[in-house]
Amino acid sequence: MTFLILTTIALFVIAIVRLMNVYDLSAEIRGGRTDDRATEGESRNMAWLWALFVVWLLGFLAWQFFEYKDDLLPRAASAHGPAIDNLFNTTMVIITLVFALTHIVLAYQIVKNYFRNGRKATYFAHSNKLELIWTVVPAAVLTGLIVYGLTVWDDVIYPKAEDPIVVELYSKQFDWTARYAGKDKVLGKSDYRKIDAGNDLGLLNVPEANDDIIVKGEMHLVKDKPVLFKFRSRDVIHSAYLPHFRVQMNTVPGMETAFEFTPTITTEEMRKETGNEKFNYVILCNKICGTSHYNMQMDVIVETQEEYDKWMREQQTWRQKKATASAESIIQ
Amino acid sequence: MEYTHQPEAGQVQGHAHASSHEFDDEHHHAETFWSKYVFSQDHKMISKQFLVTAVIMGVLGMLMSVIFRLQLAWPGQSFPILETILGKWGKDGILDPNFYLALVTIHGTIMVFFVLTGGLSGTFSNLLIPFQIGARDMASGFLNMLSYWFFFASCLVMFLSLFIEAGPASGGWTVYPPLSALPQAMSGSGLGMTMWLISMALFIASSLLGSLNYIVTILNLRTKGMSMTRMPLTIWAFLVTAILGVLSFPVLFAAALLLIFDRSFGTSFYLSDIYIGGMALERNGGSPILYEHLFWFLGHPEVYIVLLPALGLTSEVIATNARKPIFGYRAMVASLMAIAFLSIIVWGHHMFISGMNPFLGSVFVFTTLLVAIPSAVKVFNYITTLWKGNIHFTPAMMYAIGMVSFFISGGVTGIILGDSALDINVHDTYFVVGHFHLVMGSAAIFGMFAGVYHWFPRMYGRMMNKKLGYAHFWLTFISAYGVFFPMHFLGLAGVPRRYYTNTEFPLFDNLVDINVLVTSFAILAAVAQAIFLFNFFYSIFKGQKSPQNPWHSNTLEWTAPVEHIHGNWPGAIPEVHRWAYDYSKPGYEEDYVLQTVPLRPDEKDEGH
Ligand code: HEM
Ligand SMILES: [Cu+2]
Ligand SMILES: [Cu+2]
Repeated sequence: MTFLILTTIALFVIAIVRLMNVYDLSAEIRGGRTDDRATEGESRNMAWLWALFVVWLLGFLAWQFFEYKDDLLPRAASAHGPAIDNLFNTTMVIITLVFALTHIVLAYQIVKNYFRNGRKATYFAHSNKLELIWTVVPAAVLTGLIVYGLTVWDDVIYPKAEDPIVVELYSKQFDWTARYAGKDKVLGKSDYRKIDAGNDLGLLNVPEANDDIIVKGEMHLVKDKPVLFKFRSRDVIHSAYLPHFRVQMNTVPGMETAFEFTPTITTEEMRKETGNEKFNYVILCNKICGTSHYNMQMDVIVETQEEYDKWMREQQTWRQKKATASAESIIQ
Repeated sequence: MEYTHQPEAGQVQGHAHASSHEFDDEHHHAETFWSKYVFSQDHKMISKQFLVTAVIMGVLGMLMSVIFRLQLAWPGQSFPILETILGKWGKDGILDPNFYLALVTIHGTIMVFFVLTGGLSGTFSNLLIPFQIGARDMASGFLNMLSYWFFFASCLVMFLSLFIEAGPASGGWTVYPPLSALPQAMSGSGLGMTMWLISMALFIASSLLGSLNYIVTILNLRTKGMSMTRMPLTIWAFLVTAILGVLSFPVLFAAALLLIFDRSFGTSFYLSDIYIGGMALERNGGSPILYEHLFWFLGHPEVYIVLLPALGLTSEVIATNARKPIFGYRAMVASLMAIAFLSIIVWGHHMFISGMNPFLGSVFVFTTLLVAIPSAVKVFNYITTLWKGNIHFTPAMMYAIGMVSFFISGGVTGIILGDSALDINVHDTYFVVGHFHLVMGSAAIFGMFAGVYHWFPRMYGRMMNKKLGYAHFWLTFISAYGVFFPMHFLGLAGVPRRYYTNTEFPLFDNLVDINVLVTSFAILAAVAQAIFLFNFFYSIFKGQKSPQNPWHSNTLEWTAPVEHIHGNWPGAIPEVHRWAYDYSKPGYEEDYVLQTVPLRPDEKDEGH
């Protein structure tokens, strides 16, 4: 195999060397040397290839929009999602137009002005008017986009709900843990020095922590009820990425970060909508964090308040978990 | 008209320099193989050293990308050749996940720093600054030589790190701590990371030595008549780039230094509340965010350090081959400066979702989107330069226009990433990978190719083959779009970057086609580079001899003899009488007027 590849390459190189020799020799025979600059014929060919290329490029882009539209993320499943998607679509329309128009103009100029013998270019060094136009027009468009973008940003990024579900999302190499505040609606304090085999999150032994509910692998949220995520990290930087909700925030050791949003579509509804029985919302890790960065996930189930309450009742509190664990160790 | 005439009286403005070249013959007999080819202090030789080193590093970086693209398109598939090349990292022909990350990291580092910073600036600043401003050489030949050898040492250390037991640095080219600070966090954060940091320190030294030299040379050694506004745009671009480098690389050095302290001397600038490897770290009180600020304070200007020289080369190539003055010379200079200035105050757009204060995010949105304005000005000025031109499509010209195309297509997606609200969903996804490969990777590489094809005769006294140049261009151009366009869609589908495989998430199951398409184009691109390599090395030895001014250019480098001589011009240094862009000027029969041709009594000069 390796041998085959090497010989192919060698043959290829020899063939080109031979060709080049012939090319140069025949040029020398014909009258000295090949033209250093592009000839009229070459310039014409290249100009038309350019035009063809731009057609291909625009076609390729259109094909991708069409071909991949089903692979893109489905409808945003959070309250702020549509605002982001609208901003995205608006921006996308503008930049696609700019991209297409500039390339069409480029191709047009190329085909119109390729080198012909005996022709001379027009000496045209500057024009304040033109330059003013293409400073002011982009500036105006961008001002619009900046104002629009910042309005959305302000709406999305600052937590503001009255009474959200508070969840701590804790990251470590290579999994996620979610902690709900429990009955008292307060997350108990933690200290990383307290971490050990039975205490993954380093929780302190205080009442606020004892009623907290800790889950792995899958977490649950309520449709139309705001959730405030508080992120912590044990070891390196990770990033909690929930693409369907248009949510992402880094988790940073030594500090707490946060993101608040409201899910609007239940998992069940989304399964119907996408026609995919196995559909699940996921949390991915989106900041390189080591070997298994590519497989650091948690499922998110969005459901009605009743379903959520039922699920919640089935969970053990941190105190109950500790009790079970010590009972087990006594038995052993 | 006489175009190849030796101008009469040229004068050097710099004092230090004027005396050192009066006795040229004295230099000559002392020349040995070592002083001529290895420890050369001649800018032309140093330029070639940079170029050849960059080409070799570029090939390495490209082969790496092919290897990890194979994994992404056909995850888990066995390619026996991988075991042959990679040994234990490719056991049974399957790429190891740790080594995947290592390859991505070293690929990024090589491409950004060694090929597009060292290679691009090193080659063309060295070649063109003395030639185009009319100087005998750089202000300090010795520092210039050091700059190359630091660069070489830096490349060597990075290369050697590929062969160590635990593997090279693997935390991404941005090497964020704590991942990069703690050997317990991943195998690449041990010796590999130390070597990465050493290599970077050497690189920064090289870059600073080079940049200071470029700045001093441009400011002090311009020949008589070469006022700032008569300088070709290449020189403006190199000047602005060098200043940007001097301002930002020391900050990267500081970031790296603190990281070295955290790694080796028990400090905690970047570490806090960490429990890893079954132990709580006693050190406390630092912040990883601090590193991000320091890194991106260089990191963002860095992408312009890569891009601006490419824009400069492109300006020169486009004007020459369109046979027209560059449109809006002053606006081009102003936009270079505006881009450079803005690039220093936009670093936070890499940190919108790092946990940084959201209000600070808003400020960075504002500054970031402003960069689009001078960029748009440049694009429109390029297009207007083609208007009513008489365009010679040499391979260099093809690459220059290709560069403009990438600058547009990569630039517009920047408007999405610079908008914090939109960045929430595409940050760190393949959308970003597609974006920066177009605007930084492809655009700068194409600028570099334009430079190589255009100035090859000036470097080697021979011509590259045109037909192979065209073939190389079209294959590379099409496959670059074929690789990087679809990546945007992967990103929009939510695929994160730096993932060894996408198979763990059912969400990505139907994206396999896209990955196969991308990899196929990547392989095609790699094959196309073989054409270039062949053309390059063949032409160095066997290409047709070049005439003195093959492209009928105006600038000074084409007034020097084809043979490289010490001091560049045999007699006096040429004197300059006009700006560099009098192409197709009315009143002249030929469609170009060398900068050395005196103005006619009634003639107006565009630069002063
Ligand atoms: C043959 C052409 C190239 C191909 C196929 C290619 C492909 C890729 C891919 C797929 C990745 C992302 C891998 C991942 O995130 O898992 C990547 C990363 C990267 N590439 Fe390239 N690339 C090419 C050329 C270049 C060039 C010319 C540059 C110069 C700027 C460049 C700079 C980078 C950087 C900075 C990264 C990020 C590394 C990191 O994530 O730390 N690449 N490349
Ligand atoms: Cu991760
Ligand atoms: Cu940036």
